[in-house]
Amino acid sequence: MFKAALASMLFCLASAVLPLAQADIKSYEFAEPEMAQRFVDLTTVLRCPKCQNQNLADSDSIIAKDLRAQVQKLINTGQTDRQITEFMVQRYGEFILYDPPFNKATMVLWLMPFGMVLIGLWALWFFGRKTHNQGAMLTPSEQQQLDQLLADNQPPSRD
Amino acid sequence: MTTTIKRLLIVSPMLMAFALGLFLYQGIGKDPNNIESSLIGQSLPAFNAPTLMSPNKNVTQVDMLGQPALINVWATWCPTCRAEHEFLVGIAKQEKVRIFGVNYHDQLTAAQQWLKELGNPYVFSVSDPKGVLGIDLGVVGAPETYLIDAQGVVIDKLTGELNERTWPPLRSKYLKLLEATN
Repeated sequence: MFKAALASMLFCLASAVLPLAQADIKSYEFAEPEMAQRFVDLTTVLRCPKCQNQNLADSDSIIAKDLRAQVQKLINTGQTDRQITEFMVQRYGEFILYDPPFNKATMVLWLMPFGMVLIGLWALWFFGRKTHNQGAMLTPSEQQQLDQLLADNQPPSRD
Repeated sequence: MTTTIKRLLIVSPMLMAFALGLFLYQGIGKDPNNIESSLIGQSLPAFNAPTLMSPNKNVTQVDMLGQPALINVWATWCPTCRAEHEFLVGIAKQEKVRIFGVNYHDQLTAAQQWLKELGNPYVFSVSDPKGVLGIDLGVVGAPETYLIDAQGVVIDKLTGELNERTWPPLRSKYLKLLEATN
């Protein structure tokens, strides 16, 4: 039930987004078909500097259009994906990458999940440790007493 | 487990959570549009383009050198550019600030008309109808104002309106550069 609902939700999302993206690509011409795929991939991982929660493929701002045309031009002139990414970083900074490299500025971003897990593990340990201690607090004689009580209260066997 | 290790174990996640809180707190209220330009500290990109007022004459980045100056990216479709224009005219006239324009994604006649009507604070405006120079400068949108030194190295960049509030910090940097040149 849940799976089916999730699947249909994903389908709706995908069908809402994909046709748009594809309609857009058609207006960009490439020398080879595999270049069109590279164009789609690059404009998806490059961020629009103006409308910051969209990538270049999704945004309609002037700068996103310019940069899409620039990516198209660079692909057609035979530049590699890496060269194109470098071109963009040189001008717009690492901000333009949706998948930023690990460095001083992005350290917190990359390490935070591990920190969160550490905090979680700590919480498990911290809150779990009290119940543990209670059991260990019985002295040998107290333990003996407890065993005795439990043995005395054994329910009578049914058969 | 020794008590010091135990204490450390108890305290360190708290410290981490606290540090995280501090880190997130200092991000509150920051303008996400204020991205530091990656051009700062670098020389102006090379270009060769016509000017707005004499479209038959091309200029290059070399024409902007010799004195510290401002490079103002503007367009007639940009309301904030309209808002800051009078201020630009003012500092060009009264403070003799050298300002170059980059007319960004605009129409020639509309832009010429704008300068005739509102005054022309620019030594010249580079015509950039397709945003080609814009991409090389890392322009995100108009208006933007760059401060360059006499050698054409970009010292600072202001995203948004230049006015009584945003000019003073840029002005002190400009004056320092001016002192260094003379």
